[in-house]
Amino acid sequence: MSEQKLFSFRNPWFGASVGVSGAIAVLAALAGLIWLPMVQPDLKISGIWDAICSAAGVPRTVPRSGGAQQPDFKTSNVVMTSQMLTHPDQVSIGRGATLAQRCAICHGPQGVSDANSPNLAGQYAAVTYKELNDFKAGARVNAVMSPFAANMGNRDMLDLAAYYSFLPRVPSSHLNDNAPAPQIVITGAPMRNIAPCGACHGDIDIKAGSPWLGGQSAVYIKAQLKAFASGGRRNDISQQMRNIARQMTAEEIDAVALYYEAQP
Amino acid sequence: MLINKRLILAHFWLAFVVFGLALILGAWQMFVRSPLNAWHFNPELYYRSVTAHGSAMGYVFPTLIAMGFGYAITESALEKPLIGTRWAWAGFALVAVGAVVAMIPVSIGLASVLYTFYPPMVGNPFYYIGVVMVVVGSWIWVALMSINLSIWKRENPERPVPLAMFANVAGSYLWGWTAVGAALEIIFLILPVALGLKSTIDAGLARVFFSWTLHAIVYFWLIPTYIAYYTIFPRAIGGRLYSDAMARISFILFVVVAMPIGMHHLFADPQVGAGFKFMHSVFTGLVALPTLLTVFTICASAEIASRLRGGSGAFGWVRALPWQNPIMLATALSLVMLGFGGAGGLINMSYQLDASIHNTQWITGHFHLIFGGAIVIMYFAIAYDLWPHLTGRALENFGLMRAQLWLWFIGMIVTTFPWHYVGILGMPRRMAFYDYANPAISPQAFSVAISTVGGLILLISGVLFFVVLIRGQMAHRSEAGAYRFSVPVHMPERIPVALNSFGLWLALMVGLTVVNYGYPIGQLLVLKETNVPAVYVGASR
Repeated sequence: MSEQKLFSFRNPWFGASVGVSGAIAVLAALAGLIWLPMVQPDLKISGIWDAICSAAGVPRTVPRSGGAQQPDFKTSNVVMTSQMLTHPDQVSIGRGATLAQRCAICHGPQGVSDANSPNLAGQYAAVTYKELNDFKAGARVNAVMSPFAANMGNRDMLDLAAYYSFLPRVPSSHLNDNAPAPQIVITGAPMRNIAPCGACHGDIDIKAGSPWLGGQSAVYIKAQLKAFASGGRRNDISQQMRNIARQMTAEEIDAVALYYEAQP
Repeated sequence: MLINKRLILAHFWLAFVVFGLALILGAWQMFVRSPLNAWHFNPELYYRSVTAHGSAMGYVFPTLIAMGFGYAITESALEKPLIGTRWAWAGFALVAVGAVVAMIPVSIGLASVLYTFYPPMVGNPFYYIGVVMVVVGSWIWVALMSINLSIWKRENPERPVPLAMFANVAGSYLWGWTAVGAALEIIFLILPVALGLKSTIDAGLARVFFSWTLHAIVYFWLIPTYIAYYTIFPRAIGGRLYSDAMARISFILFVVVAMPIGMHHLFADPQVGAGFKFMHSVFTGLVALPTLLTVFTICASAEIASRLRGGSGAFGWVRALPWQNPIMLATALSLVMLGFGGAGGLINMSYQLDASIHNTQWITGHFHLIFGGAIVIMYFAIAYDLWPHLTGRALENFGLMRAQLWLWFIGMIVTTFPWHYVGILGMPRRMAFYDYANPAISPQAFSVAISTVGGLILLISGVLFFVVLIRGQMAHRSEAGAYRFSVPVHMPERIPVALNSFGLWLALMVGLTVVNYGYPIGQLLVLKETNVPAVYVGASR
């Protein structure tokens, strides 16, 4: 049985199997890479080579005519990653503590206040950093915050973010651990394309850039959701929050605002 | 002759224990996401469970069956003791330890990434390390199968390789090559991110690598089933195999065309060109060929057995088949499920039809019908056939076995047919929660509830299966004799070297892989802008 040569054109099995496999591959390639793209009316193909490149998935430059539509407002230029600012150093925290004296009038000397401005103590550094950046760049606008941020350098923003993330979270004055979570927090509303709040903001999972909402002022949360819904605030990357807030009912907005205010 | 019975039995027992645990998880998943359950659980538990169920059923259970059955075939078909027993035990230990290492992070919620990994989701590194250990353990088996075959061939230069061994080695080579895709994905793309060395991942490239594994792995699961069709079924019903050469060609076709077809799993992915999707679609069509050959050969073999028993008429011979025999029953039920599942598969592989069912519950229905149904029911049959030879104790309760097989068949049909239907209605798969009170979803509620009943039936069948095996372990001793495989109608004395060796087919397998995967992988490797930030699952709050 071993005297017969396997890889030889005298072996009919070799010729037939290689020939048939090759023929199928070549025919499939001709059809898939040349013929099918050529007969598609929507694909503007200039020739055979262009058809092959298109069907093979070579990235093609978008035609310059018209160009991409530019929004008439600024968008956030911050790129979020899961590891961003997760290991602040002590010097940065110390510098942040000094700088934070300017913020204390609204955000409280310990990063917590009852002034319905956001409580920053224990907030993820990446979140605080992104918001400061967006205020400075004009992607988020606020009569009080925008002038503050305008004069901050990148280092200042990093230090402030590190400092506030270093401060311990303080239990909310409205703390109620036993409050039942609203449906939208634990399950979202799939048919309205609303993911559970908890899938990004804690309890179920934490996603990069999503702030910790526990103990935030209900007035503040409600105002932000309404601003997202109306388009008054649009520094959320890829419209993540705008798409959600637009689909929420007024009752749901009230419910989540009160729920998160009562959380630790 | 079976020498290393403890080795083989250890593989089968561990496989079935893993299967039993994963079966319980599967039934629980079906219940909690059905309208029968009020919504009161953490959805994270669902994804944890899906990850454990998929990893156990996809990576551990069939691999151990293929390994254990492979060792049994080596000893009984080559009629000599297995060479490399210590290595075999080492492979078994790697699979067992790997399974535990992978399951710990999954069970504590650090790796709920599902068994398809789904980058850019990244979980705890130990999950991936455990999966790699399972694969490496199985590669030891691949090497042992190859070594045992080549030594036998050197000692028996004039004899054709026994069909069972030929098919077994074909399956091992197919696995050896197809597992490379997922191994590359884990080692070079996912693990550096999971270990914190990188924070971005080329999710598109990772998915292409996974598709390299994802489709041919199904054929690796299928090979023990096909070996049972060809080499156990005709003997068990008192007949002969219709054609030895046809069987070899079927297994060869699996080796050659099961590989370059995985991109039909990526029809909706943007990172692969439409031309390559079309080429993979064409080759996926070809892979129906060995299955059609098999159905023909097995039905012909059944007809031979029936006519030997006095069956007659164009279709009257079907009634004369030994239906009390569990192997007969299992094979018939398996072929029915293979028929339905295969028909659904033809829809999945066509670029246009796939669009309507892509990522819906239809897909879940499809692969449960093929794998959980057609394949696993033959794993039961293999165990029933092999058990008396491994334990030296008879399995006598045929009634219980038939009840178990019927329940598995009914359970699988009741589970998967409604899934196909709700998939067409648009129900997405892999979601923990469906708001059945919503008017847009409520028409699916009844079908989902029915499928949950199917899950319960499967669970009962699983319990019966363990009852049969455990009672078998406690039965009285009886010598089952040598373990034999089917004899073909025409025993091959001399066969072409191409049907007796793998060199040509492995060259074609690798060649077609390069043709169909080379450019898409190369392009994604070169393009730098295809990296995306990783999303860590179960990261600390």
